[in-house]
Order: sequence, then structure tokens, then C-alpha cells
Amino acid sequence: MSDDILARVKKIVAERLDVDEADVTPEASFKEDLEADSLDVVELVMELEDEFGLEISDEDAEKILTVGDVVEYIKSHQS
Amino acid sequence: MVNLSLEGKNIVIMGVANKRSIAWGIAQAVHQAGARIIFTYAGERFKNEVQKLVDTLESDAHLLLPCDVTNDEEIEATFRTIKEKVGVIHGIAHCIAFANKEELSGEYLNTTREGFLLAHNISSYSLTAVAKAARPLMTEGGAIITLTYLGGERVVQNYNVMGVAKASLDASVKYLANDLGKDGIRVNAISAGPIRTLSAKGISDFNSVLKMIEERAPMRRSVTPEDVGNAALFLLSDLATAITGETLHVDSGFNIIAI
Repeated sequence: MSDDILARVKKIVAERLDVDEADVTPEASFKEDLEADSLDVVELVMELEDEFGLEISDEDAEKILTVGDVVEYIKSHQS
Repeated sequence: MVNLSLEGKNIVIMGVANKRSIAWGIAQAVHQAGARIIFTYAGERFKNEVQKLVDTLESDAHLLLPCDVTNDEEIEATFRTIKEKVGVIHGIAHCIAFANKEELSGEYLNTTREGFLLAHNISSYSLTAVAKAARPLMTEGGAIITLTYLGGERVVQNYNVMGVAKASLDASVKYLANDLGKDGIRVNAISAGPIRTLSAKGISDFNSVLKMIEERAPMRRSVTPEDVGNAALFLLSDLATAITGETLHVDSGFNIIAI
């Protein structure tokens, strides 16, 4: 299940940030490793909300720093 | 004769960022009404996304051009290119705004001088600059529309400097309407209810604003880019020939609610 989430997250992140899926590792940081700026981050949050049918609060979004954080967040918030 | 068609008209749409953009809702309505659309985008980061969207319209008529509205030379160059390619333009949808994300939360009082000027430059002055560059191309008259928001009329939590910039934009609409009326050019604003766009999501706690509209607006629903597209089509069309300097609220009626 979590592998499936990771695969879906990887696809979205790679497409949105125009990076190789291979670089989208759980450890990769959005801002430093994947060079996402503030607009990219907002777009990613929206794509992830749509893909996984959940709402990510501003507060929670600020705590999400790496690809792995996203997967963990989705695992614990998906109904 | 009632006429909603934009057949044979050239309409400039500025500010499509992605599929959720209000500008994209307007583009779809204007495309269906038969216009040729000249899309302008705000820099390389948006180019591919906008190109992909334009491709979905399956029309060879539409054009795609860069236009950084903070740069007067670039605005002039863009409209020079538009003149070379299509000659006359009949309408503009100005759907452009920006403020620093950190200034769209907390107290307005903390707005920096730099942030204040940036928000006004991109979100308000750009309409005036664009209208000036477009006027010589609008030889057959036409319509200019822009997007404003209730936060420019009254206080909306967290909207802050963008509200002040929208108030400036609203006043610009009236002055531009007065200047351009004699050329048969109408200038109006659409005040859309909150829509889940890239810009809106930059505003702190936007999700709860959306929920409030769904609970409290007379129509008990939020607004879609299609709703705004339809209203924009009306204002750009010959159905609105004596309407100028106006702000049309497309907000499920939310602006009439007090308590």
C-alpha cells in the first residue's frame, strides 16, 4: 500500500517539478534537492489533495519537507 | 438582435497559470463563442503548462506569447507582436495578481514597503499599462475585463495587501472606463467568489473561506471558473454594450450578506 502511495507521489512530483522520477526518493527535500519554489509547493499541495482526496492544512503543509513526509502524511490521513 | 458570439473577434487573455486558473475558465467560454485568443503567460515557468492547455482547444487560430507585466518594454513588445499577427483586438481579460505569500497571513499592518509596491505593481498598475498598450489596437472598440475580489471593498481575513491592491484596481477600472469610453472601449471588473486556484491557495487558511461560502452564500455553493467564464463572455460580448466602469459580483451572492 505504501509502495503504491510512493509511486503515485513520485509521478506527481516528477511531473510538477520537471525532474526525473529516479531523483524523487523518500529522502529528497522539496526545496533543497528538488529545487521547488513557493509556487511549486502550492501547486504540489493542490495536486496531492486532488489525487488522494484529502485536505492538507497550511500548518501541516509547512511541516512536509521531504517526499517521505508526504507519503507518511497521506498514510495517516487517508480514510 | 441578441448576440453572444465572438466570431471574428480577437481576445487577449492574460494570466492563465494552469487548468485551475480563472483565466482558463474565461478562455474556454471565449473559445466556445468563436473568438481567436491571444494567450499571454508570465514567464518560462508557465509556458509549457499553458501550451498544453491551448493544445486541448484544438484550434490553430490561437496564439501564445510571453508578457511580463512588470516591464513596460515587454508589454509594448507583446502588443506590437499582437498587432503584427492579428491587427485589431476586441477584448482583453486581465487575470493577473501577485503578492508575497508571507504577507497573505496575519496582520496587514506588517506589510513591507517592498511587498506593498510589488502587489500594487503586478496586481493593479499592470491593468493601466496593458490598457495603454492595447488602446491603439482596439480601433473597433471593445471590452477590457479584470478580476477583483471582495477583499478590496471590505476586510477579508488574511487577504491583507492584496485587498488594498484590489481597491486600487477597482478605482483604476473606473478611471480607465472614463478615459476609454469615448473610443468605444468598456472597462469592467468581475468580483469572483473564492475559487481553488494557485493564487487563492497562497492565502492563509483559504480552505476555510471556501467552506464559509458554501454555508453562508445565498446560493449555498462555491463559484467555479466556468461561472466566471460565462460572466466574462457576457461582459466581452455585444450584450453588454452600455456597461462600463462596473464591478459584477459572481460570488453566489455572498457580497450581500452581513450577519
